[in-house]
Amino acid sequence: MVSTFFYILVFPGFLFLSLFSLAAEFLDRRIYARLQNRVGPPWFQPFADFIKLLGKEDVVPCEANAFMFTIAPLVSLTAAVTAFIYIPLWQIQPLCSFQGDLIVVLYLLTIPTLAFFIGGWYSTSLFARLGSVRSITQLFAYEVPLFMSVLSSAMLAGTWALKDVMAFYHQHPAYSLFNIVGFGVALIALLAKLEKAPFDIPEAETEIVAGCFTEYSGRLFAFLKLTLNIEMIVGCSLIAAVFLPFGLGLGPVLGFFVYVAKILFVVFLLALARTVFARMRIDQMINFCWKYMVPLMLIQLFFNLIIKQFLS
Amino acid sequence: MHDSHEFKIPFGPQHPALKEPEGFSIALKGEKIMGVEVRLGYNHRGIEKACESKTYIQAMYLVERVCGICSHSHSTCFIQAVEEIAGLVVPKRALYLRTLVGELERIHSHLLWLGVAGHEIGFDTLLMYSWRDREVVMDILAKITGNRVNYGMNTIGGVRRDIFPLDAQAVLKDVDILEERTKYYIELALKETTIIKRLSGVGVVSHEDAIKLGAVGPTARASGIARDTRKDDPYAAYGELKFDVITSDKNDVYGRTIVRVLELMESYKIIRQVIQNLPEGPITVKAPRKIPAGEAISRYEAPRGEDVHYVKSNGTEKPERVKMRAPTLANVQAVKHMLKDRYLADMPIVIAAIDPCFSCTDRLIWVEDVNSKKYDVMNWGTLHAYSVDWHRQHGINFSKLNQELAKKMERA
Repeated sequence: MVSTFFYILVFPGFLFLSLFSLAAEFLDRRIYARLQNRVGPPWFQPFADFIKLLGKEDVVPCEANAFMFTIAPLVSLTAAVTAFIYIPLWQIQPLCSFQGDLIVVLYLLTIPTLAFFIGGWYSTSLFARLGSVRSITQLFAYEVPLFMSVLSSAMLAGTWALKDVMAFYHQHPAYSLFNIVGFGVALIALLAKLEKAPFDIPEAETEIVAGCFTEYSGRLFAFLKLTLNIEMIVGCSLIAAVFLPFGLGLGPVLGFFVYVAKILFVVFLLALARTVFARMRIDQMINFCWKYMVPLMLIQLFFNLIIKQFLS
Repeated sequence: MHDSHEFKIPFGPQHPALKEPEGFSIALKGEKIMGVEVRLGYNHRGIEKACESKTYIQAMYLVERVCGICSHSHSTCFIQAVEEIAGLVVPKRALYLRTLVGELERIHSHLLWLGVAGHEIGFDTLLMYSWRDREVVMDILAKITGNRVNYGMNTIGGVRRDIFPLDAQAVLKDVDILEERTKYYIELALKETTIIKRLSGVGVVSHEDAIKLGAVGPTARASGIARDTRKDDPYAAYGELKFDVITSDKNDVYGRTIVRVLELMESYKIIRQVIQNLPEGPITVKAPRKIPAGEAISRYEAPRGEDVHYVKSNGTEKPERVKMRAPTLANVQAVKHMLKDRYLADMPIVIAAIDPCFSCTDRLIWVEDVNSKKYDVMNWGTLHAYSVDWHRQHGINFSKLNQELAKKMERA
């Protein structure tokens, strides 16, 4: 019982996840800065930002629905952290597992976006409302290719449990090469999920100030930012578990470092994409998702179906 | 947000996309812009009126501060008018130096614009790169004039500083660096997919509309109008220099981007010619303190378009009337036209594409009572009386101070 609480709350659960996500934010910002020919922040910047925000006053707008406004960041944070429990990290066995946990993880990862929508909508600011409508519009565009890419990989493994998916690819590492298109699509969808450029449409600074986050300040804003960071780690872990099943069973210490390296590799790819693209318009983004990513994933699904017949 | 419901969002006077306070009220239907209301006047500083109480040379420094970016444009435009009234023949070397600073200013303004445009479309990498390169030209300006902005290069009858041969060579070297970088930007603008996707077809003003709306500068040139004061009405040394007027027939923001980056290449050409053909001789002639009565209009191709200054003198040390028309005022009419039926996401870049400088534009403030929709037009006398009255009501009386000042003046 105590050990379970330790796993969930300290390592590799909430505390580790928070620290790791802040460190990943630093790396993301540093890489982004170096690619832009800037110096970038010092290593403690995300921690300092977080602590500083914790010390600030929470301002809830008079017009806003105070309950919904305050509950949204907490719900989103909880959902993101819960999703992490079901993802295998450096060993095949995650903290919790059951048949169908893959769907649950994807579902839990959708909740932060919904919570942002609710928080933005109930803060009643025009910019926040526009931002929340945009983020929900975007959700309908990227969620389908993300689901398809993760599920096509699971379909090849013939299971809905992340544990078994990982075990399958651990046995046949070469099979994960079949999912290379899915990997690319999942990365792009993750960028959209994390609302990072070129898909930072819901918080486009030059158009709608900060989107759903416009009215947030102090602790609530700190938790929103932490949620986005944790979501990044959880998303990267999911992608790493499904598409990069290497270096498992190396023991806890070496395995841990391999896991961290995998996550940082995905973070690097995200930072790279952020550097080289301009922000898309919402209509272009939806066109892009439905016109290119979804058909691409349909082909991948079809391809995986055929491959599966050959393999069995 | 029901579909048929239109709602208005305030875009300014304080907004992250705007570098200066300016009010836009946008009627939105979902993401689509149904109408835009522009409200100028947040930056009214009364510069024109202030010029009337200053001597010509003081006014020149004040005029230089109309704009932080095209400061040389405004001061040159102003003194050209003054020199015309005074009948001064400015030495050739001074004209060449004015051209040199003018072109360096154009480079720094266009590179700044490129960065801002990148930021508006969420492409911060472009912002960081072009502003890094802009430092090169800022350093040249600091080397030649002593300042990074508000160069203080001009004086009535010439320029204040000569250029050293060593500096001239350094400028040529730096221009080579800038040219190399600009070639990269041209390639970027022509090939980078997300930039092209975000910019082409956005903020369209057709050739006919651009003429009708009186667009100037790169905004007009991107609609295929070869309108450039440097060619149409050559001033300074432009008549003797070879360069092309860059136009584009794309009519949109993408065309404006291409016009600006290609114009950079023309500026490098001009700078090389200026330094190679720099005539010898004095850099200034003596100007009289009192300018004879008369009036003149001066035109200048600022980085954002044609700048027009009107100066009227009455034979004293101070101008009787100064009127400036900054290029943004000519282009701001086109913005409303550009935004029709566009998306909200295009709003920042469409506004940025005319390279607006609102503080340069504001010459008038029109205060309207929100409730009664009434307004008053006051002339100088009534305004003065109103001010004196207002201060008296608030217990401040300047009449004593004024009398003392008048006495002092008499004694002096």
